[in-house]
Parts: sequence; C-alpha cells; structure tokens
Amino acid sequence: MIDLLAPKTEIPAGLHLALGAAALLSLLGLWCLLSYGGYVRPDFLATPGQVLLAGWKGVRTGTLFGHIYSSLVVILAGFALASLLAVPLGILMGSFQAVAAVLEPITGFMRYLPVSALIPLLILWIGIGIEQKIAVIFLGTFFQQLILIADVSARVSKDLIDVSYTLGASRAQVVTRVLLPACLPGVMDNLRVTMGWAWTYLVVAELVAANSGLGYMILNAMRGLFTDVILLGIFVIGLLGLLTDLLFKLLRRWLLPWSASF
Amino acid sequence: MAANDAGALAIEQVAVHFQSRAGRSVTALEDITLSIPPRQLAVIVGPSGCGKSTLLRLVAGLNRPSAGRITLDGRPIKGPGAERGMVFQSYTLFPWLTVQRNVEFGPELKGVAAAERGRRAQALLQEVGLAGFEDAYPSQLSGGMMQRVALARALANEPEILLMDEPFGALDSQTRALMQELLLGIWEHHHKTVLFITHDIDEAIFLGDVVHVMTARPGRIKATLPIDLPRPRGPELLTTPAFAALKREVMALLRAEALAAAGPA
Ligand SMILES: Nc1ncnc2c1ncn2[C@@H]1O[C@H](COP(=O)(O)OP(=O)(O)O)[C@@H](O)[C@H]1O
Ligand SMILES: [Mg+2]
Repeated sequence: MIDLLAPKTEIPAGLHLALGAAALLSLLGLWCLLSYGGYVRPDFLATPGQVLLAGWKGVRTGTLFGHIYSSLVVILAGFALASLLAVPLGILMGSFQAVAAVLEPITGFMRYLPVSALIPLLILWIGIGIEQKIAVIFLGTFFQQLILIADVSARVSKDLIDVSYTLGASRAQVVTRVLLPACLPGVMDNLRVTMGWAWTYLVVAELVAANSGLGYMILNAMRGLFTDVILLGIFVIGLLGLLTDLLFKLLRRWLLPWSASF
Repeated sequence: MAANDAGALAIEQVAVHFQSRAGRSVTALEDITLSIPPRQLAVIVGPSGCGKSTLLRLVAGLNRPSAGRITLDGRPIKGPGAERGMVFQSYTLFPWLTVQRNVEFGPELKGVAAAERGRRAQALLQEVGLAGFEDAYPSQLSGGMMQRVALARALANEPEILLMDEPFGALDSQTRALMQELLLGIWEHHHKTVLFITHDIDEAIFLGDVVHVMTARPGRIKATLPIDLPRPRGPELLTTPAFAALKREVMALLRAEALAAAGPA
C-alpha cells in the first residue's frame, strides 16, 4: 500500500514519472481546450499547432538557429566571465576573513539590485553592442555566485584543513591541494543553479537594441501580437535551460565521481 | 625509522587563554606540566570542555600556548609538522582521493618517490586490515574503516609521536573495542610515543601506560595514574579485578569534575 499522504515517504519511480507526465499533459490539455475551443482570442493565446508551425518555419528558414546562437553566445560569455571571477574570489572570500571583509559590503549591496536598474548606466558606459548584453548576464550571476561559493568555501571543515597541516602541508599547499578540491562539488552545484538564473536574465539582456536572440524574438513578436512566436521563444528557452542543466549534471558526475550526491 | 629514544614530549607550565570576540577572556588550560617519555602510550581523560583538544592542538602546533613551553626531543614546537601525526575524532579523509592516495598524501608532500610511498601505504593498509581497499573512495567506507585509514595516513609520515583526539568517539561500541585492539597492535609494532585523548574511562585504562586525569575547565592535571596492567592486552582484561579497581579510582576522580562542569544543580 503506497501512502501518498505521509511526509518524507518514498514513492515508486514509475508513479513519480506518471505524476509528472500527468501534470504536463493536463496543462497541455487545458491549453488545447482554451485555444482550440475558442475560449480565448487567438491574439491572446496561439494554439499548439500554430506554435509548432512557427517552430517549423523558424527551423526551415534557419532564423530560429540564428536566434539560438546569438542568445547562447551572450549567455555563455556572461556566465563564463562571471564564473571565472566568482569561483576563485568566492573560495578566498569564504576562507580568508580579510577577503570577506573587503568584499562583503559590496556584494551585500549589489546582490539585491535588480539588474534592469543598471541597464541605463551600462548603455552609457559600454554602449548597446553585445558587450552590454553580456554585462547584464554577468551582473545577474556574478554576485549571486560569489555569495554561494563563499558559503561553500566557508563550510569546508576546519579539521580537514588542520589535518593537512599536521601531514606537513604548507599554507599554499593547503589552499591548492585541500581547500580547492574540497570546494569543487559545491562549486559545480552552484554553477548549475546559477546557470539556470543566467537564462532568466536573457530577455532583460536583449531588451535594448538587439537584432537577434531568443529574447529579442519574443519582444519583437509582442509588437505584432504573434503569440505563436512568443510561446515558441519561451519553449526554446526552457528547453535550452533544461539542456544546460543536464550537461552540468553529467559534467559533475564525470569530473567528480568521488562525490556521491546528485 | 626514528631513533629509539625519539619522541620525548615535555609540556611545561602551559596555559591557554582564549579571547572571545566580545573581548572576554576564557582560560581553557592552566599550569599543565606533563612529561611523556619516548614510546609511552599516554592517555588523558577529562570531562568534556576541559581543554583536552586544546592541549593536543598545542602539541600539534595548531594553537599557541599563552604561557609555558612544549618541546619534542628538546626542540620547541613552533607550528604544525609532519613529525607529529594527528588523528581527529571527525572524519578527515580527503574525499577526492582514494584510500591509497590518502595514505600517500604526507609522503607525497615530502617528495618521497612514488614507488617508495606506494610500498609504505600498502604495508600500512595491510596492517590496519584494509588490504584490497586501496582504490576505494572514503565515501564508500564505514566510520571505523575511515578512522583506520586516517591512522595509516598519520603513520605514513613516520612521525615521532602520534596525537589522537578521541579518534574512536564517533564509532559504535563494538567497532570501538576492535579499533582499540588494533591500535595496541600497531603501537606494539611501531612503538611510537602516543598521546591519546578520550572521555571514556574504559578506553583510557585499556590503552594507557599511564592515565592523566584532568579537572573541569580551566583544565589542570588532577592526577596521574600509572596503569600497571600486563601487555599484550585483550578484551578479557576488562573483567579483571585490577581493571575494576583502576576504573573505580578514575571514576571517582572524574565524578567530582563532572559535577563541577555541570555547575550548580
Ligand atoms: N578557538 C577557541 N576560541 C575560544 N574558545 C575556545 C576555542 N577552542 C576551545 N575553546 C574553549 O576552550 C574550552 C576547552 O575546549 P576543548 O579543548 O575543545 O575541550 P575538550 O576537547 O576537552 O572537550 C571550551 O570551553 C571551549 O569552548
Ligand atoms: Mg575535544
């Protein structure tokens, strides 16, 4: 007897999958009902068929791939830059009080700023080219990464550090041979989480003076009330987000086979 | 191998005061004087919070005394060093290294050649009963197995003294009893100086050549009892009258301290 109402009780994998599929299918059913049933005007909500058609058109003409490529460049460049800086800084910040003392006031302030509030300054300072879009992704992820990774570093057990000293490690060796590898699983987990957040900044990044990209495609479609294209853009972003998440999951399993949690 | 008379530890009038962030000063240790001859297995028992770990960390060089001095074979201790191996209560294996690489960690830092440190690790793993687990990762081991690797890792540096801070404290009682016998076997083979800390009276008497009983905080040495029980020791020792008599003695000493540590009822 499966007790669905008992908290923290395992349910069979099959049931888990079935529940998820049921939720998706009901949503799809509701969409079909509203759009095909004529309950909602077409310029409010395109039908699934229209969205598929828009997708097929984008694939056939290649414009969809152009948009995907532009967005990937912006997301990956912004995310990579942020990670490259945030990982080492965060590890130092979590384990060296002096670094934390320097960085804490700045990150504490910046982490709550909506990135969109910075766009006017970004335009003034670095213009409206691709740099500005990359900067939006960078600012959206960097400070969050810094705080999360500092926390990972701060949680590395003091005994692990101390035992390394008693085994003859120097300070530099403790950092490179113990602190760094000890942080890796947490770093990977948080990169995965913040990669998801980077995707959520895409439309904001392509708000200004873009002429390609999925965010741009969505914004542009809004002017003509092309809800099929808007929905297409949303689905593609969601799928790409899912894909990068999966890649991170596999990467972690491949790079860190010794750390069991998935 | 270290010379036969290496590993003489002298702790002279050591005190430790901790400064809390609020500026309050807490005296953790007061006027500790201990002399541990080479190859002795010395045990310190005391109520929790009395400063046992602090004392061991001073010897390891991880903390500095506020007063007094500590020497190993006449050399003052200035910081951590590979000639003083330590085993912690918490599990401190490097999770990203295999069992074998964990044991090789110290020798590798020292620049010992791969073949030699591999041979040393193999021999030690054999000795702690973990032959066949060389390629396992720590996450695949039980608590007792992890502490055996930690012991092998500390020994791989061929230290003059082994410092053990309640190393079996997190293990279930059956495993703990096995680990105590394993430690005695290893100690009888390597014959290093061992400074072992515990709050378990049975463990203290079963292992020690001598048991130092500490007072509640601020920790001082309250009494020193030589344990003249025959070696090699086995589990049957625990039921002998001589063991029981020593246990009663240590219990009486500690009970007063436990009451003091608990504060007014
Ligand atoms: N780094 C520290 N800063 C301040 N107080 C400390 C520090 N380390 C230990 N203490 C205090 O010193 C006392 C002794 O601690 P400890 O040596 O860990 O005791 P034990 O190992 O006997 O349980 C405790 O009251 C503890 O709170
Ligand atoms: Mg302790």
